[in-house]
Amino acid sequence: MKFATNICRGAGAVALTAFAAMPAWAQTAAAAAPTVDKGDTAWMLTSTVLVLMMILPGLALFYGGLTRAKNMLSTMTQIGTVTAICMIIWVCWGYSMAFGDGGNGFIASFSKAFLHGVNSTTTTATFTKGVAIPEYVFICFQMTFAAITVALVLGSVVERMKFSATVVFSIIWLTIVYFPIAHMVWGGNGIFFSMGALDFAGGTVVHVDSGVSALVACLILGKRIGYPQEPMPPHSLTLTTVGTGLLWVGWFGFNAGSALEANGSAGLAMINTFVATASAGLTWMLVERIVGHKPSALGFASGLVVGLVAVTPAAGNSGPFGAIVLGAVASTACYFAVTKLKPALGYDDALDTFGVHGIGGMIGAMGTGVVYSAALGGPSGDSWMGMGKQLVVQLETVATTIVWAAVGTAIAIYIAKALTGLRVSREVEVEGLDINEHGERAYNI
Amino acid sequence: MKLVLAIIKPHKLDEVREALGGIDVQGLTVTEARGYGRQKGHTEIYRGAEYETNLVPKVRIEVVVTADYADRVVETIQHAAHTGSIGDGKIFVIDVEQAVRIRTGDQNNDAL
Repeated sequence: MKFATNICRGAGAVALTAFAAMPAWAQTAAAAAPTVDKGDTAWMLTSTVLVLMMILPGLALFYGGLTRAKNMLSTMTQIGTVTAICMIIWVCWGYSMAFGDGGNGFIASFSKAFLHGVNSTTTTATFTKGVAIPEYVFICFQMTFAAITVALVLGSVVERMKFSATVVFSIIWLTIVYFPIAHMVWGGNGIFFSMGALDFAGGTVVHVDSGVSALVACLILGKRIGYPQEPMPPHSLTLTTVGTGLLWVGWFGFNAGSALEANGSAGLAMINTFVATASAGLTWMLVERIVGHKPSALGFASGLVVGLVAVTPAAGNSGPFGAIVLGAVASTACYFAVTKLKPALGYDDALDTFGVHGIGGMIGAMGTGVVYSAALGGPSGDSWMGMGKQLVVQLETVATTIVWAAVGTAIAIYIAKALTGLRVSREVEVEGLDINEHGERAYNI
Repeated sequence: MKLVLAIIKPHKLDEVREALGGIDVQGLTVTEARGYGRQKGHTEIYRGAEYETNLVPKVRIEVVVTADYADRVVETIQHAAHTGSIGDGKIFVIDVEQAVRIRTGDQNNDAL
C-alpha cells in the first residue's frame, strides 16, 4: 500500500522511498541494468526543451510586456542571462548538490560535481521499477527547472536592480536556496521526500521557493521610484498574452514531463494542466466581474498562470475535477493577494511573483494534500483517511521552504549588494535600464 | 479665410474625411491628439491598480477655407463626427490672416 501511494508522488525524484533499502539500484545504472525505453526518452527530450521555451521566450515576454517600455530589454536580458548562468553552474555543482549520490536530508554530495562519472550509458530511475531514462536527459530536464525558478524570482525586482547584481544573486541563490530545496523535496534521501511530501512538478521547489524569495528580495531592494503614486501600466499586454500562451504550452513539458515516462501518469498531469488552468483563468475574470470591474485581458492571463502554478504539485496527484476546484480556489486567493494584500502592505513586488507564484504555490502545495485523496477523485489509495496526515507533511514542507528561501535570499541579496551596489542610480532608473545598462532601446520607432 | 479646427473621436475620421471630400474641400491636415473635455477621461485597471487616464486619444483636423464656406464645413463635420455620446469633440473657427502656396507663391484664397 505504501508503495502504491508513493508512486509518482514527486516529479524529479530520483529514487522512491520504498526502494530506499536498495539505493544502489535506484541511483546507478549498473546494478540492476534497468531498461531505457526509447518512447520515454523521446518524451523527456521533448519536455526538456518545452520547459526552456517557457523561459525563453515565454517568461521573458510575459514579464517584459508587464514592465514599462524603457525596461523591456533589461527584463528580458536578465531572464536570459540568469538562465544561461544556471545551465553552467548546474553541470558544475548544481546537479550534484541536488541529485548526487549520498549526502544527507538537506543536500546531496559533491560526488557528481562537474558531472563526474556521468556518460551516455548512465541512467536515472523513473517511477516504474526497472525503467530508467538516460542520465544526461534527466540532468537537462532538471536543469531547466532550476533555470526557470531563478528567472521567476526576478519578477519582483525588475526595473531597478542592476544587471550585475542579478548575475551575482543568481549564482549565490541557486547554490544556497534552490539546489538544497530541490534535494530536500525530490532527492532520494531528501528530508521531505522521505516524509512523503507530494510535489509532482515543483509547487514547493519552484513556486513557493521563487515567490517567497521574490518577496524578500523586493523588500530589501525597495520600491521603484514613484511607486505606487505614479502610473506604471504594462507597456504591452499583447506580448504578455503571447508569453502566457508559451508558458501554458511549455508547462506540459514541465508537468507531464515530471512523470519521467510517456505513460498514464503523464496523461493525468496533462489533462490537469489543461483543466486547472482553464478554470483559474475563467475564475479570475469572474471575480473581477463580481467585484464590479470589467473582465480583463491581464486578469485572464494572470489567472491562467495561477492555475498552472497551483496544478504543478498536483499534476499527477489529483483527478481532473479536483484540479478544476484547485485552480478556481487558487485564482480567487491570488486575485485578492495581488489587488488587496499588496497595496495594503505596500511592498513593490513589481510583477507579482509573490502574489502569483508564492500564494498560488502555497495553495497548490496544501491543496495537493486534499485533492490527492481518492475520495475526491485523486490517485491516492487512501480515502478520507490519511488526508490530515498528508496535510501536515505538506505544511511542514511549505513552512520549511518559506524559511529557507527567505533566509537564503537575504544572504544572496546582501552579497550582491556588497559586490555590485544592487540598485541602479536614480537617473538610470528614471531614464530606463535598457539604454543605461545595455546601451539599446527595445523600440526604435 | 477661416481655419476650421475640429477635435473628434478617432474612429470618426474616415467619415469626416469622406463628407468633406463630398463638399469639395481641397485638403486638410490631421494630427493624432490627446485631450479631455467634460468626458474627463477614463479609468484603467491593471491587477487592481487603478489609473485615471485624463487624456484620451482624439483626432485633430485642420481645414482652411474661404470665409463664406466655413459654415458649410462646420456643419458637415458636426454631422459626420456625431455619435450622440459624450466625448464627440468640438469645432472651432478662427480667422486666418494670410495663406501662401509654397510651390507657386499664390496668395490667400488662390492658395487654398
